[in-house]
Amino acid sequence: MSSYFADFASLFEQFDVFQAFWVNIQLTFFAAIGSMLLGTVLALMRVSPIASMRWLGAGYVNIIRNTPLTIILVFLVLGVWSQLQINLSSDFNQNFFRYAVIGLAIYHAAFVCEAIRSGVNTVPVGQAEAARAIGLGFLPSARLIIFPQALRGAITPLGNTLIALTKNTTVAAAASVTEISALMKSMIEFRPDVIIAVFLTVAIGFVLIVVPVGLLTTWASRKFAVVR
Amino acid sequence: MPNVASSASADTSAGTTGEPLVRMTGVNKHFGDLHVLREINLEVRRGEVVVVIGPSGSGKSTLCRTINRLETIDDGTILIDGKELPAEGKALARLRADVGMVFQSFNLFAHKSVLQNVTLGPIRVRGKSSAQAKERAMELLKRVGVDNQAAKLPAQLSGGQQQRVAIARALAMDPKVMLFDEPTSALDPEMINEVLDTMVSLAKQGMTMIVVTHEMGFARRAADRVVFMADGQIVEQDTPEEFFSHPKSDRAKDFLGKILNH
Repeated sequence: MSSYFADFASLFEQFDVFQAFWVNIQLTFFAAIGSMLLGTVLALMRVSPIASMRWLGAGYVNIIRNTPLTIILVFLVLGVWSQLQINLSSDFNQNFFRYAVIGLAIYHAAFVCEAIRSGVNTVPVGQAEAARAIGLGFLPSARLIIFPQALRGAITPLGNTLIALTKNTTVAAAASVTEISALMKSMIEFRPDVIIAVFLTVAIGFVLIVVPVGLLTTWASRKFAVVR
Repeated sequence: MPNVASSASADTSAGTTGEPLVRMTGVNKHFGDLHVLREINLEVRRGEVVVVIGPSGSGKSTLCRTINRLETIDDGTILIDGKELPAEGKALARLRADVGMVFQSFNLFAHKSVLQNVTLGPIRVRGKSSAQAKERAMELLKRVGVDNQAAKLPAQLSGGQQQRVAIARALAMDPKVMLFDEPTSALDPEMINEVLDTMVSLAKQGMTMIVVTHEMGFARRAADRVVFMADGQIVEQDTPEEFFSHPKSDRAKDFLGKILNH
């Protein structure tokens, strides 16, 4: 038994597990920012008074949300990079990292949009009417009155999206990014002797990353709740 | 200092004549199959206080909401200060800034303090400096008697206080006309009077007001004219004395009989 632990410990010398997890955290961080920005714009489009804008926003959400993430990432790498030869960085690994961030952001923006839209639905219609009644146009009333309240109502669904995003960063392996699931594949291949420990390491690693996110969103949704 | 109180009170007598401030001509509106406004013709002169009453479902709230286009109309025209109500965009926003609105459910901005509720419009829409807007807001909050609550959030105030803040918020835009859509219907009985008193003093200061309400006492005390609506139509209109003592239509007699006899 003690030799199993020694074998397991040697795994960490052979493979840089922490570096791989760090890549996942970085992917999460940048893709979260990207999907938040894009998702907010999409949500604005979906509640806009202009029909063509609503149509565009709904089209994006319905197409992207119903496409597997793997397809989006593989398309970016094989279609946009390999076929169209568009380089995002002269550094080989950095190039794939950036493609993975963009793919993750594009995909999760659809979910962010729907989370924010559900937040907009928590804001009573009277708030928008009062904003219009004092002469605010669509964008000012969205920015000053509706979205600040909608975002607070959307913290929980946004937290769920962030958790999904964190775990979905493992799909970046499909875009040739050396993150934890890519590393796990190597570990399984070269260290079948500790295969159970490999699975447990990756699983526990994700739990350790994701649990604080859940706790944080629960705390924040209480803290920032709009009192009516 | 452009104060509603001083500037408006000066032309109370002269203001009730001349070009109407609000003119609705042949206005129709449907909600699906329901014909909620039928051939509405209504003129409100400068400085006039018009109270709209009628049974629920008679279209009086809808009428009020069409005047700043929170409800669109199917046909007819609405002129405010001689200009037709714009369909949308910046022109509509500009017009709405000139038309104050007080809602049944107050609709104070829930995430902003009382003071911010009142200063937001003047700063963002009128382009006033925040110091100017704040000074004017405190003056208005004092007038409606809630200046000591300025730093609180709306949810921390009573309904009556919230509605008075809502009145201050509308007044801060220096509106040409104020619309009140059942301003006391969501209030506890003991808070109704504090809001009505604020409205009565506003009326006495010469503000042009269109008030949808069930408060007959307010109509008697402050109205220049009572408009009675039923089934989407204006059935009759008269001075409050005439209307309450000698209603002409059966609809009005029936309505007054139901609400005044108990």
